[in-house]
Amino acid sequence: MAKMKGAIVVDMERCKGCELCVGSCPTDVIRMAGEVNGKGYHFAYMEYPDNCTGCTNCAVVCPDGVITVYRVKED
Amino acid sequence: MDIKDIIKPENLVYKRTPLLTSNTLSYCPGCGHGTTHRVIMEVIEEMGIQADTIGIAPVGCSVLAYDFMDIDMVQAAHGRAPAVATGIKRTWPEKFVFSYQGDGDLAAIGTSETIHCCNRGESIVIIFINNGIYGMTGGQMAPTTLVGMKSSTSPYGRDVAFMGNPLKITELVAQLPGTCFVTRQAVHTPAAVRKTKKAVRMAFENQKANKGLSFIEVVSNCNSGWKMTPVAANKWMEENMFPFYPLGDMKVDGRIVSKELLSLAGVKTE
Amino acid sequence: MGELQLMKGNEAIAEAAIRAGCDAYFGYPITPQSEVLEYLMSEKAYERTGMVVLQAESELAAINMVYGAASTGKRVMTSSSSPGISLKQEGISYMAGAELPCLIVNVVRGGPGLGTIQPSQADYFQSTKGGGHGDYRLLVLAPASVQEMSDFVKLAFDLAFKYRNPALILSDGVIGQMMEKVELFEQQPRATTFDQSWVTTGKTPNRERNIITSLNLDPVLQEQHNHHLQEKYERMKAEVRFERYHCDDAEYLMVAYGSSARICQKAVLLAREKGIRVGLLRPITLYPFPSEPLLELSKQVKGILSVEMSAGQMIEDVRLAVHDTVKVEHYGRYGGVIHSPEEVLDAFMKKIVGG
Repeated sequence: MAKMKGAIVVDMERCKGCELCVGSCPTDVIRMAGEVNGKGYHFAYMEYPDNCTGCTNCAVVCPDGVITVYRVKED
Repeated sequence: MDIKDIIKPENLVYKRTPLLTSNTLSYCPGCGHGTTHRVIMEVIEEMGIQADTIGIAPVGCSVLAYDFMDIDMVQAAHGRAPAVATGIKRTWPEKFVFSYQGDGDLAAIGTSETIHCCNRGESIVIIFINNGIYGMTGGQMAPTTLVGMKSSTSPYGRDVAFMGNPLKITELVAQLPGTCFVTRQAVHTPAAVRKTKKAVRMAFENQKANKGLSFIEVVSNCNSGWKMTPVAANKWMEENMFPFYPLGDMKVDGRIVSKELLSLAGVKTE
Repeated sequence: MGELQLMKGNEAIAEAAIRAGCDAYFGYPITPQSEVLEYLMSEKAYERTGMVVLQAESELAAINMVYGAASTGKRVMTSSSSPGISLKQEGISYMAGAELPCLIVNVVRGGPGLGTIQPSQADYFQSTKGGGHGDYRLLVLAPASVQEMSDFVKLAFDLAFKYRNPALILSDGVIGQMMEKVELFEQQPRATTFDQSWVTTGKTPNRERNIITSLNLDPVLQEQHNHHLQEKYERMKAEVRFERYHCDDAEYLMVAYGSSARICQKAVLLAREKGIRVGLLRPITLYPFPSEPLLELSKQVKGILSVEMSAGQMIEDVRLAVHDTVKVEHYGRYGGVIHSPEEVLDAFMKKIVGG
């Protein structure tokens, strides 16, 4: 069966660290970085990229629209 | 598969709509305003109506909505957005007009404009953000502040005997003959955002079909005003706001569908 | 010669609005100006020219409907009387700040508060000094006849668009309610093109988005905007209009606008019957005020009586204009009472000639 493989790109400088994406991810991919961006926010990143299915949940819930999502079908 | 092989233009499935400007949103982290802005802009992009849409920004946190939405916009005096929208829609009936208002703007100072605009059945869309507080001015009590809820002007909680009751204005406008579509939604989870987007699309389609006024309440958080983290604020909203402001459609295509409203009118639904 | 009709001042305003190609009227009933909305409805203005006519739920709503339509470049107007105009001040201030053209008509009644429904000229300060919050000015035209009620509608729209600024017709219950012969101007077409450099009619791919706002959180930028507005108000002074009546040989002067000017015309003739050479300067624009012609006239006269149905508002501008070089006194009945020519003459004899 074909498996969806995804990846997200977070605009680190625009992320405000609200963490809504973390809880919205069904495969537990996202964590907040230990370091901060120019505005002083801990930004989201893919801690477990292998789990990402590209479902877009994180991007859909992101209030600042800083997440771009890519997806491929992996045989 | 390597991430580099996934992140390619041909694999793109979601990106920020170009109808949001490159300006950084002025809202607090986790605020539902940003999500709602994006949903509206996505609908306008998908319908291809940017060149025919005029938005009205209110007074409140979203006073600068025109900095973020790449459409023609008019900033209205506090509470007067429905009147401003009426002036535009009446003189440009073929255009799409929407107002974007908070609870203080729409349900306190602008109650008269809201009710009469809805009652006239102006063919516009009203987006109403209800976070139960005056966010911009620093967290004062709003017309929608819950009983017992603390704010800077109800520091010991809203006391009904002293401060009056919270106003369910959406239930009120649903009963007016001029409204076509009235719904209450949220943007705190991916599923809620997708539902809100469907509602916004329906509202603009109603306007296209000249069916009357569409009114969408978005129950939202104000984590700064509520003094919680964004995640905790959303949980608090689910546990406290939603029981008093239940989500769902109240009126679709001019027919009341809310069981609560029907039972108030003496209609048996079971 | 154009079409002649016997009309009330308020009806002339409404007919002129239709003929001037006005796109929309938003109003709310209040005595003594309700005939404007009544006439537009009974004349079916919306059928004659496609003009939008809407009775709003309040004066607040009406002025904000004007704000909305004006944001899109439409020729739009409202009318009211004093208490209603007070309610509109918020919207007028926003329109001045956002530089929106529109026409506002005030058929003034006695105040303060609910006051009376009888005529007055006590809204001079409110009309000429701003009215709402912030530093701004309106273009203010003061008709003294039903003919001017008609003519000034067209003029006010032209000036409002020339300067992108709200224009106000400051009338009163006398001019609004009285009937006179009017020569109506020809029907003008409604505008079909709009200046895309600023209107909010929808962002097309060939231009940046347009924003109508009076907000600027950066104080330095807001100061720059205020400088721009002040420079515009200076330019508006080129529009000064006034009428001289028996001024050439005058040794005394009366200054009066609107219905007071009509009363003063008679008072001037009564004085001249007594052998006293009095002239009348009638400001037609109250902002800009005809300060320079007044200063010129002040050099030939021994005293000036400022006549107004108020406790004395315009007199401040008269005194400013003549720099205290000549005696200036005020006379007027007010609170809804209209002075007679004999009362004006009596006050003139006591305060100016005898004093």
